[in-house]
Amino acid sequence: MELSSKTEERVRIVTVRDARIDAAVAIEFKDAMRTETADGPDLVLLDLSAVEFIDSSGLGAIVAAMKHLAPPRKLALAGLTPTVDKVFKLTRMDSVFSLYATLDDARRALAV
Amino acid sequence: MMQGSPVQRVHNALPPVQITVQSGPQAARQVLEQLKRTLSPLPLASEDLSAVDLVLAEAVNNISEHAYGNGARRGPIEVICRQHRDGLHFTITDQGAPMPDGRAPPGLAVDVNVDLSDMPEGGFGWFLIRDLARDVTYLREGATNKLSLRMAVALR
Repeated sequence: MELSSKTEERVRIVTVRDARIDAAVAIEFKDAMRTETADGPDLVLLDLSAVEFIDSSGLGAIVAAMKHLAPPRKLALAGLTPTVDKVFKLTRMDSVFSLYATLDDARRALAV
Repeated sequence: MMQGSPVQRVHNALPPVQITVQSGPQAARQVLEQLKRTLSPLPLASEDLSAVDLVLAEAVNNISEHAYGNGARRGPIEVICRQHRDGLHFTITDQGAPMPDGRAPPGLAVDVNVDLSDMPEGGFGWFLIRDLARDVTYLREGATNKLSLRMAVALR
């Protein structure tokens, strides 16, 4: 599971480099998220634009990452591809997370 | 490739596919890789293939995590896929522990209207299976779990 991150003034952007967040990498993803967000701004933006598939294990791992950051830090998601977006909608997780179509949309909406 | 085939050939084009993998966190990926290769001649819409991917991933992961006790045991998972007029019929079998109460979970939607600290990190799998698959049946036959389901994909 490959993640990369960069810090802008008020947001840390973590980008998932793998095409799948599934049972094979869910634990690795949780660990890597902790490492990438160990310090930095309170707002973390997870860029999912390279992710083509997520299963319930992957979804659970993103929920775990959000719980680990909060409070006081916040996790928002950007760049959901159609398949990933569908899983968030089916499970109603679209009401739990702040979702943005692109990183730029997220920057604008969150004013960062 | 299939356009010149007689109509009935389209529906009988794919011989039954049998895939066997060992349970574990990689099992679902292995099933999908093999299945995608086999299904590649079919004119499947990408969103239909994604739904097949997701349903099989959830079913196979549940077997690894529950029937085979989350790595406490390892065992075979067999997936058979048959193409019919009403979609792809899957039979997934394993030799692990039976489902609790001898039946498949109802797959109720997870309640997400809770405090963040209580937000569930699992329990979505059976909801997704029941939402995306049709004709889901579970049978315990001797020491074998047998899950059957149909993906109503459009096969033109």
